[in-house]
Amino acid sequence: MEVPLSVVLAKIVCVSEAVRAEGLVKHYKEVKAIDGVSLSVPEGTVLGVLGPNGAGKTTTVRVLTTLIAPDAGRATVAGHDVVKEPDAVRSLIGVSGQYAAVDEYLTGYENLEMIGRLYHLKAAQAKARARELLAEFRLDDAADRPAKTYSGGMRRRLDLAGALVARPPVIFLDEPTTGLDPRSRGDMWEVIAGLVREGTSLLLTTQYLEEADRLADNIVVVDRGLVIAEGTADQLKDQVGGARLAVTVADTARLGEARGLLESIGSGASEVDEHTRTVTVPVSGGTESLLAAVRRLDEHQITVQDIGIRRPTLDDAFLSLTGHKAEETTEDDPAQDREREAQNA
Amino acid sequence: MTTAALVTDAATVARRNLIKIKRVPDLLVFTTLQPIMFVLLFGYVFGSLAPQDPQGYREFMMAGIFAQTIIFGATITGSGMAEDMQKGVIDRFRTLPMHPGSVLAGRTVSDLMNNVIVLVVMSLTGLVIGWRIREGVLHAAVAFGLMLLFAYAFSWVMAFVGLKVRAPEIVNNAAFIVIFPLTFVANTFVPAENMPAVLKTIAGWNPVSTITHAARENFGNLFALPGRPGQSQAARLSEIEYTWALRHAEIYTLGWIVLLLAIFVPLSTAAYKKAVAR
Repeated sequence: MEVPLSVVLAKIVCVSEAVRAEGLVKHYKEVKAIDGVSLSVPEGTVLGVLGPNGAGKTTTVRVLTTLIAPDAGRATVAGHDVVKEPDAVRSLIGVSGQYAAVDEYLTGYENLEMIGRLYHLKAAQAKARARELLAEFRLDDAADRPAKTYSGGMRRRLDLAGALVARPPVIFLDEPTTGLDPRSRGDMWEVIAGLVREGTSLLLTTQYLEEADRLADNIVVVDRGLVIAEGTADQLKDQVGGARLAVTVADTARLGEARGLLESIGSGASEVDEHTRTVTVPVSGGTESLLAAVRRLDEHQITVQDIGIRRPTLDDAFLSLTGHKAEETTEDDPAQDREREAQNA
Repeated sequence: MTTAALVTDAATVARRNLIKIKRVPDLLVFTTLQPIMFVLLFGYVFGSLAPQDPQGYREFMMAGIFAQTIIFGATITGSGMAEDMQKGVIDRFRTLPMHPGSVLAGRTVSDLMNNVIVLVVMSLTGLVIGWRIREGVLHAAVAFGLMLLFAYAFSWVMAFVGLKVRAPEIVNNAAFIVIFPLTFVANTFVPAENMPAVLKTIAGWNPVSTITHAARENFGNLFALPGRPGQSQAARLSEIEYTWALRHAEIYTLGWIVLLLAIFVPLSTAAYKKAVAR
């Protein structure tokens, strides 16, 4: 059977992109919630949408999950337009929200079984899948207790399990760990990493750089409704100024000499910290620079206590991209305050 | 999305709502205790206004209390939708491949079932204090059916309010302020024909009056007070049926039911399709 080339190509394009958004705009009365967000999630990859509170992350997810229609721009999920074919999109996605949307009067089992039925699984299938997910998410002990009695971490896990009931190929997680204590967050990361290994396409919003760094293949940084940077975690870090070579010498007296040698290798002005006996210099060559430094210092018989390439963290990247820290909020948010307390504890 | 999907999805949602009644029994206790209290209080306190025939008043009053209670019962549709919005449950539903009408259909049906339970409890209480069905089971079924249909239609009004207002407490308070007068400026608790002119006109066309009156006709509890000596049954009837609406109570009530559904089913469905938490 002959199939036109254009159809084949179209299929390849559709299949290879789990999520695609082009110039999404959504304005509320005075607020520009999103102001031209474009992003793409290649199939089987994880995209981290990183930004502070109020950056437009949740609005973006709501457009992509068919909850709200954009004022402008278009978006597709697995090739289906979110505005024109919402039913097709809904049968292919799983969504877990910022605050766990579990029914607290229902037990964990009843919650998942209900969602299974609403995905139109057969009764027996919905029941089996509910039990399976409860075991997988270590909720089997609490399966027959109303969700009301669950801890915050358990509710989040149940909510995430709800997103997976129908094994959807595309999953949206809107700040899955906001408000969780560090231990529950670690648990969630494990669960999400497991999904990723199974090849699910995932769009994850977060305000935690560590989370994006750990889980995402690609990251888009959003701020004030706009995508301000994108790339892998490494690319974003490089954008901030790339790697730096840091050398700690054993003898303070040789610090000046070491500085001279390192500046000849480095690509910019050096910094010296006499207290820690450390010279830091920007380098462009990565490991080559490191090896060159070791050789030169050795030639001059300067004893080195510590040497290494220091890469900027995503925090550095965010700060330099937006001019403010990632976890700064524009408005008071009690959930975030609790969050910070939990982190500091 | 097919009609079959609507039915199965609505059944799933209704079952979920009914589980809540099972898990929070206080809710059912409260919604049934209150009508029992009303039957007893109104029956014996207001009944004493008619010392010649307190039993007649108690029978008369039952239909009024039925009507008031099921209309209040329908308001839980509003607070239920508002609560689901607030907790993000509607967000989840809206990302599932469900029939878009099924959440509202499931909610209104489960609230209807709640109202059925309340009606049964009140009827039993009524029977204990001497209320009787005097026109046969079939007519009684018509009376109950008409009341439940009206309550069902009213649920769709409240669903719209709940989706727009979004705060369960506000829905409840606002409903109380509107519905309390609506159910009192009517023939529910006292014969409307003796009210001051303005109230009498309002009461004569108030659908709550016509539901109540239709129920009384079918139960055979039409009169609050005994007739004057020598007054014919026809004369007594024309005294209480002083508007076209009251003379054609069943048709007029059905008209309201159709009207409310025709307006609020599409309105609520449209509101649901756009509903997003916060």
